[in-house]
Amino acid sequence: MIHVILPAHLRTLAHVDGEVAVDVKGPATLRSVLDALEAQYPVLRGTIRDHVTLQRRPFLRFFACQEDLSLEPPDTPLPDAVARGSEPFMIIGAIAGG
Amino acid sequence: MSKVRVLVGTRKGAFILTSDGKREKWDVSGPHFAGWEMYHVKGSPVDPNRLYASQTSGWFGQVIQRSSDGGKTWETPGGEAMPTPGSMPAGASNKFVYDVSPSTGKPLTTHQWYDGTQHPWEFKRVWHLEPSLTDADTVYAGVEDAALFKSTDGAKSWQELSGLRGHGTGPKWQPGAGGMCLHSILLDPSNPQRIYIAISAAGAFRTDDGGKTWKPINQGLKSTYIPDPTAEIGHCVHHIAMHPSRPGVLFMQKHWDVMRSDNAGDMWREVSGNLPTDFGFVIDVHAHEPETIYVVPIKSDGEHFPMDGKLRVYRSRTGGNEWEPLTNGLPQRDCYVNVLRDAMAVDSLDSCGVYFGTTGGQVYCSSDAGDHWAPIVHDLPAVLSVEVQTIR
Repeated sequence: MIHVILPAHLRTLAHVDGEVAVDVKGPATLRSVLDALEAQYPVLRGTIRDHVTLQRRPFLRFFACQEDLSLEPPDTPLPDAVARGSEPFMIIGAIAGG
Repeated sequence: MSKVRVLVGTRKGAFILTSDGKREKWDVSGPHFAGWEMYHVKGSPVDPNRLYASQTSGWFGQVIQRSSDGGKTWETPGGEAMPTPGSMPAGASNKFVYDVSPSTGKPLTTHQWYDGTQHPWEFKRVWHLEPSLTDADTVYAGVEDAALFKSTDGAKSWQELSGLRGHGTGPKWQPGAGGMCLHSILLDPSNPQRIYIAISAAGAFRTDDGGKTWKPINQGLKSTYIPDPTAEIGHCVHHIAMHPSRPGVLFMQKHWDVMRSDNAGDMWREVSGNLPTDFGFVIDVHAHEPETIYVVPIKSDGEHFPMDGKLRVYRSRTGGNEWEPLTNGLPQRDCYVNVLRDAMAVDSLDSCGVYFGTTGGQVYCSSDAGDHWAPIVHDLPAVLSVEVQTIR
C-alpha cells in the first residue's frame, strides 16, 4: 500500500482523516498513484489534476522523500521507500498570502 | 406554518439560516464546506429539499455539491466510490469542458484579453447555479470564463450550451475586474424555450429556442468606459432581474446605470432617476409587486462601498426613476461594505421579505418589504451570494 498525504481541504472533501492508503497495481509512478487515489476517492477527480489533460493543477506540488517531484513526467517511478509504503507521497498546496 | 430558508454563500463556507414566517428568530447552520469559497447555493423550485452548491478554490478547482434534505447532508453527484475496486468513476460533476468546433476540433472562439489581444477560454469556476422550474434534476451553471452549461442528471455531468459562445460575438467579450463571468440566469416561467443570461463584461443575451441559438440584447445600454459607448457587446452588466408574472420585463444593474426593458431585452431605457449614485451590483423585484424593485447604490467603480458610510437600500414602487432610501435598521455611519451581485433575494410570504448580504459578513432581513431591517447574522465571512426559499 502507498501512503498519500492530502492537503487539509481535500481530506475534508474526501471525508478522510490523516494519511490515506491506496493499492497500486504495477509500478508506483505519479500517474499510477493518482489514478488509484482518484479511483478510491472519485470526489478528488479534477481537484489535483485537470479532468481532460491530467496536468497537475498549478497551485499543487508533489513531494516524496524530501524530493520535489512536481515537474517530473507522470510515468517517473516513485522512490522505493514510497513504493514500499515506508515513506508517504505528499500532495501539497502552495502557500500564498501573509 | 410557512418557513424561510436563506442560503448564504461566503468566501469561507456556506451557511443556512432558517426561520418561521415571522422571520424574527433564526437558526444558523454552518459553515458547510468550511474554508472553501461558496459562490452560490440555490434550491430547486420543484423540490425545495434539493439544493445545489458551487464550491470553488484557486488551489483545487471546482466542486459541485448537492443536497436532497435541505442542506442537512451533502454529496458530490457521481463522486461515490465505485463498486468495483480499481475502476474509474464515471461521474464528473465538476467536469466543465468547453465545446470545440465539430469541424476542426479546435476551440470555438477566443475572447478579448485585458490588453486587447485574443485569449483562449479557460474554465475557472461556477458563479451561479439555476435549477430548472420543472425538473429537480435539471440545472444550469453560469461559469467563468463565460459560458452556460446544463445538467439533466442532477449535476452528475454537464454539457455546454455552446450556441452562446459560438454565435459570433465571443471575440469581443472581455473580462471585468472580477473575471469574465456568466453570473445571471433567468428562466422564463411562461416559455420554457426562453432564457436570459448576463455576462461581465459582454452584456445580456437571450435564447428563444432552449439554448441552441442566442442573440445579444443590449440596445439602449450606454457605457462610456468602452470605445463605442453604444456597442452591441462589451457592457459590464452586473445583474439582471425579472418578476415571474411578467417575464418580458427585465431590470438591470449595470456597472453604472439602472436599466429596464419592457420588451424582453430588445430595448433598454435608463431608470436611475433620483438615485444618489447608479453604480451597484444587486437588483431584485418584490415578490408580489412587479413594479417594486430594489437596488443598493455603491459609491463608484473605484470605491466599492456605500456613499457617506451609510448603508441604504433604495426602493422604487414605480419600476424605476423614483427611488426612496430605506435605512431603518441599517448602519448609517462608518459603513464601508459592498453588496455583491448575487447577494440579494426575496421570499414570497404575504409580507414580502427582502434579504441581502455584505462583504462585511452581515446578512440583513426585512420582513416588511424593506421598511424595517435587522441583521440575521453579523460576522460571517464575506458574503458572495444570498438565495431564499419559501417553504409552505
